[in-house]
Amino acid sequence: MCQNCDFRTGLFKNRILIETGVDGLYGRSGVFEDVIQRFDNLITSFGGVDKAEVVRFPPGMNRALFEKSGYLKSFPNLAGTIHAFNGNDKDHAALIDKLQAGEDWTLGQEATDVVLAPAACYPLYPTVAQLGALPEGGRLYDLQSYCFRREPSKDPARQQFFRMREYVRIGSPEQVTDFRQTWLDRGNELIGKLGVPFHLDVANDPFFGRAGRMLANNQRDQRLKFELLVPIESEEKPTACLSFNYHQDHFGTLWGIAQHDGEVAHTACVGFGMERVALALFKHHGFDVDKWPSPVRKALWG
Amino acid sequence: MNGTIRNLLEQHGRLPVTVSSLADDQDLYAAGLTSFAAVQLMLGLEEAFDVEFPERMLNRKSFASINAIAACLSEIAPQKAVA
Repeated sequence: MCQNCDFRTGLFKNRILIETGVDGLYGRSGVFEDVIQRFDNLITSFGGVDKAEVVRFPPGMNRALFEKSGYLKSFPNLAGTIHAFNGNDKDHAALIDKLQAGEDWTLGQEATDVVLAPAACYPLYPTVAQLGALPEGGRLYDLQSYCFRREPSKDPARQQFFRMREYVRIGSPEQVTDFRQTWLDRGNELIGKLGVPFHLDVANDPFFGRAGRMLANNQRDQRLKFELLVPIESEEKPTACLSFNYHQDHFGTLWGIAQHDGEVAHTACVGFGMERVALALFKHHGFDVDKWPSPVRKALWG
Repeated sequence: MNGTIRNLLEQHGRLPVTVSSLADDQDLYAAGLTSFAAVQLMLGLEEAFDVEFPERMLNRKSFASINAIAACLSEIAPQKAVA
């Protein structure tokens, strides 16, 4: 049932991650956070030369923009919305009564204007559209955010709240496909420094339902998504730790982002699953970071 | 059958060109059919012809032209395709 319980148990026993009672929702130790921070720095040591504009969004986004983003068309099952109490004293008393009676108290909750960010780049695109047409060289952003996807799992590499570092390129088709190729090469070199087994493969997003199977097949046919995979949960089903995505003009059309010449902008992004990379390191090098191989320690701690 | 396909393409395809200007063998993606519009077209075809496209047909190739769509429909529901 759980091929990976030993690793998960080891993470808890060694206080690398801290159990909360909900699968996929964990506390992080200082040791774990240090690895995340060092990996974050390693990414910057590869991407920093590009002088991307740094933007940090909180892990929530404007619900109206989220609705427009089309996320619910493709991933209704993964979305997390924020609801809150919006009643009067009487409603409050009713809530407390239900709570004490062990009944469902959530029915009176109302949707707020905030939803949880499903990816670091989702809040970005509408803000780029507001800036008007792109400069001739396009734009490049450096993002990082906690993200939410509702997919509870015993696999510690599939968390409901996790951090995603991203570089997002917005420009001409040539500019964004060059960017993706650069990061495919860099990704190989970067993960190569970590001493974990990995390979690249064509991939698809987990689109929902039958319509989703068609979208997934289209995405694969067009080789729009690649993943850099590391075995964590199992050898047969390695975990995507980095992803390289070419959205064509999907977001450019959706948000009305124009290139400098008026043509619709294309976009691409490279995403780093921060927790997944950290877990890959703990899986392959053990729970004691002081005993990790010296080339790996050098890559991360210098 | 191609007439029905054209009507559905008009309805769901969100193409920047008129469907009547397209030849039966013309590449619909080159004409501006997006992946998301292709999904809507697929669902529209299933309803109109009362069929379900099997997994192996849920790809770009199956919806690449009016002729390609007609060929898929003829294969999965030959009796309906004649009507």
